[in-house]
Amino acid sequence: MADLKVNFAGIESPNPFWLASAPPTNMGSMVERAFDAGWGGAVWKTLGEPIRNVCSRLASIDQGPQRMLGLNNIELITDRSLEVNLKEIRECKRKYPKHALIISLMVESKREAWHEIAKQVEDTGADGVELNFGCPHGMSERGMGAAMGQVPEYTCMVTEWVKEATRLPVIVKLTPNVTNITPPGRAAVRGGADAVSLINTINSVMGVDLDTLVPYPNVNGMAAHGGYCGPAVKPIALNMVSELARDAEVNVPISGIGGIGTWRDAAEFLLLGATTVQVCTAVMHYGYRIVEDMIDGLSNYLDDKGFHSVNDIIGLSVPRVTDWGNLDLNYKTVARIDHQKCIQCNLCHIACEDGAHQCIPFTEIDGKRFPIVDEHECVGCNLCYLVCPVPGCISMVRLDDGSRPLTWRELTTREPETMTAD
Amino acid sequence: MSTTHDSPINLAQIERNFREIAPPLTEAEAIMESHRCVYCYDAPCTRACPTHIDVPAFIKKIASGNLTGSARVIFEANPIGASCARVCPVDVLCEGACVEKTLMAKPIEIGRLQRYATDAVFTRGRDVLKAGAPNGKSIGIVGSGPAGLSCATYLARLGYAVRIYERKPLAGGMDTYGMAEYKMTQRVSQEEVAQVARLGVEIKTNTEIGRDIQLDELESQHDAVFLGVGLGATSRLNIPGEQLEGVYDALDFIERIKTRDWASIPIGRTVAVIGAGNTAIDAVTQARRLGAKRVLMIYRRTDREMPAYEYEYELAKRDAVEFWWQTAPVEIVAGADGTRAAALRCVRTEAVETDDAGRRSFRTIAGSEFEIPVDMVIKALGQQKMVDWLLQIAKLKLDAAGRVAVNPETMQTANPKFFAGGDCVNGGREAVDAAQAGKLAAQGIHLHLSGERVEFAGARVPLHEETSEIKH
Ligand SMILES: Cc1cc2nc3c(=O)[nH]c(=O)nc-3n(C[C@H](O)[C@H](O)[C@H](O)COP(=O)(O)OP(=O)(O)OC[C@H]3O[C@@H](n4cnc5c(N)ncnc54)[C@H](O)[C@@H]3O)c2cc1C
Ligand SMILES: Cc1cc2nc3c(=O)[nH]c(=O)nc-3n(C[C@H](O)[C@H](O)[C@H](O)COP(=O)(O)O)c2cc1C
Ligand code: SF4
Ligand code: SF4
Ligand code: SF4
Repeated sequence: MADLKVNFAGIESPNPFWLASAPPTNMGSMVERAFDAGWGGAVWKTLGEPIRNVCSRLASIDQGPQRMLGLNNIELITDRSLEVNLKEIRECKRKYPKHALIISLMVESKREAWHEIAKQVEDTGADGVELNFGCPHGMSERGMGAAMGQVPEYTCMVTEWVKEATRLPVIVKLTPNVTNITPPGRAAVRGGADAVSLINTINSVMGVDLDTLVPYPNVNGMAAHGGYCGPAVKPIALNMVSELARDAEVNVPISGIGGIGTWRDAAEFLLLGATTVQVCTAVMHYGYRIVEDMIDGLSNYLDDKGFHSVNDIIGLSVPRVTDWGNLDLNYKTVARIDHQKCIQCNLCHIACEDGAHQCIPFTEIDGKRFPIVDEHECVGCNLCYLVCPVPGCISMVRLDDGSRPLTWRELTTREPETMTAD
Repeated sequence: MSTTHDSPINLAQIERNFREIAPPLTEAEAIMESHRCVYCYDAPCTRACPTHIDVPAFIKKIASGNLTGSARVIFEANPIGASCARVCPVDVLCEGACVEKTLMAKPIEIGRLQRYATDAVFTRGRDVLKAGAPNGKSIGIVGSGPAGLSCATYLARLGYAVRIYERKPLAGGMDTYGMAEYKMTQRVSQEEVAQVARLGVEIKTNTEIGRDIQLDELESQHDAVFLGVGLGATSRLNIPGEQLEGVYDALDFIERIKTRDWASIPIGRTVAVIGAGNTAIDAVTQARRLGAKRVLMIYRRTDREMPAYEYEYELAKRDAVEFWWQTAPVEIVAGADGTRAAALRCVRTEAVETDDAGRRSFRTIAGSEFEIPVDMVIKALGQQKMVDWLLQIAKLKLDAAGRVAVNPETMQTANPKFFAGGDCVNGGREAVDAAQAGKLAAQGIHLHLSGERVEFAGARVPLHEETSEIKH
């Protein structure tokens, strides 16, 4: 069985699966149950001046019978006293010395306040701290959370403050509510961050109750924008993780967060450069038990593919991500339909007809009307392949022989006048 | 017995009639169905499964594409999980308890998903169970049915040297020789037998204990013995004409079907099956599939009393079986040749006094005798207990019904060296119950020999949390 142990910025963890700072890590008894279930690490619910929460706090979008494809919350940081939290952290670390225990922090923008809390946490024996520069609601109105993460100078400054006060590894948790993730990522590294984690939640309004006209979640007739997470945000998180993994200046380990629920999701984050992954929504949906298949599925995958350690796949796909200008313009695929498998729903036809390039006409085979791809017209966009409900029915077949790759960058340097080449 | 093709229908048609009643799920179906499961916590399906397989866990592993892990969850709780996927009465077990049955009147197809996962590892030749480091102790197992195979699997995982003795040429017990052919073929049971053998378990077939090897010899060779001998031959009718040609024991009839050598299987034009249990249903449905024109089910009580499951009864109805309720056979009458069965003489019965539990008894009505012309009679009255054989074992205790008495937690018999489980203990239930008994017995044997308590997956109903009092 493949080795799942990782070392994240000096923090040893029995596996790369951590709980994100959120309700599942609210207190000691919860984190301990999570460790018993198999989680390798946990980032404690953000500590700071205890706050007062509103009721209600969560809303979600569903897709047919699938609940909570996306989750939104207007919850703040911990509402429990610092003293109680620190006591539980100390006990938890004593009971689980081999697990990774990271403490998330957020205090007001004062050097002394950050020094004070960082020292108190170091004193508990915890393995590291995570600076929450990401919370997009409530805390940001008080000049904290995303308000800090959105200004690279602040990110750098506060990271420096914390580094002055503690020897613990410092992880900076980034907000996705920026136009470009690289500047805040670099700022964290400049400030001395030992690692970065991302993403925190995304600004969102989940919908409106058409009877009361109040958006969700309803707090006595009013609503506020909240933080969006869950399966729906995974592609956004993957992009941001891979952006930082590709950046030479961000040369620190990454903890990937956002929409992870299965070992497959986790493997994708690892391949795109994350050393650990963090999970919140999937645990809020199904409980700590999901980690069992994450561990089992990932180790079976590694065994199947002949990898001996999870470290062997970290970042393996990063070199496969590039800028558009470096993609091969001569690579040519077309869709092909397997008429043995086709159930004649004609979704490929109408998708191509009204949403692509009108190249799936019908043909008659054995008295039945089947869609068929006109390979001369097909641009290989993938749309029909994506809409087809039958696994393996439409495949994308390569037509070029790979012998003459040509990128837009090469083309425009060679012939500057063909900026919009055929 | 006759070796000519007796059936009025051709072999290709018979082959078609014996197609699987529940075909495998396609990949698209498995994806859809596994995502439909809501992944219950403390799931009712798991509670309802006698081996307490963690159903939501294995289904979500199918959804996540971890088929190896899925099959491991199944086989860890039930070493004959591939057979059970096909033969379990799921309507009254896991699927009957599924929350999707409450919500949508359409339970998750747990049995077929279980098959999807277990098929995948068999096809890929992937082993999901491992033998333990040898501990130097040896266990003898009599019988290679579900109980024996299950017990052997867990013992091998604990490091015991295990030898199974089986009197039949193929291992697997009723999984190999008894299951309705449209539910499961011998290939599946043989794949499971091979999985057990790959754990290092030695399986000696064609070896009957009490004939080829004596009991005292068996006892002296092993540190403990597990009895998974099942039940004996079909009970006799005790009416004249039972010895005539054309009269069959349901188990023999089914065993011949298991060969799929259609041309060699005897079949009449009008077949009377006596009894109304699940075996009787298997006999009528398979007689129909072999080409019998008329199939009659003869039972002295009514459909209210019939022991067969509702969905098995439905299956028989769909096959246009004629049900002769309140009918008791009194003689099988020979034809002109004096040797072959030609008619069944019966009497009518009537219900009398209902006891407190609502049970009625039936008595024959004098003078109501009549004859039904038939050319084949199948006896399906239930199986006898192997009382005489069992009583050869010193100190073994049987209950009044001839079942081996055991401690229900450890499956230890009154003779501390002997453990037992499956049909010979429960009097005849399902394969899955025998699998669970084999698991408990392995735990019991290990406790007895090592003093150590182990608990395998699904050994008990998983109790996640105690219920608690809430103040309002
Ligand atoms: C016709 C029929 C159909 C059935 N259909 C279903 C179904 O659809 N679904 C379901 O779940 N259950 C079904 N069952 C019930 C199921 O088969 C049994 O509950 C199950 O097989 C019991 O397992 P077992 O290991 O206790 O006994 P068995 O499966 O009976 O195995 C006992 C084994 O011990 C061997 N043996 C006995 N004595 C000796 C000896 N002295 N020496 C060596 N070997 C010996 C026998 O040859 C046999 O192989 C059916 C039963 C019958 C009879
Ligand atoms: C209810 C709720 C509360 C959260 N609280 C915090 C918090 O206190 N600190 C923090 O850094 N992130 C917090 N998060 C964000 C999560 O840690 C995580 O970054 C985000 O949910 C994305 O991961 P997911 O898609 O697995 O949920 C919270 C998320 C939710 C849903
Ligand atoms: S999930 Fe628990 S805390 Fe939340 S509303 Fe329901 S019962 Fe209350
Ligand atoms: S979408 Fe797929 S199944 Fe439907 S018609 Fe097209 S090829 Fe056939
Ligand atoms: S009861 Fe049904 S829906 Fe719930 S876990 Fe079991 S199979 Fe899935």
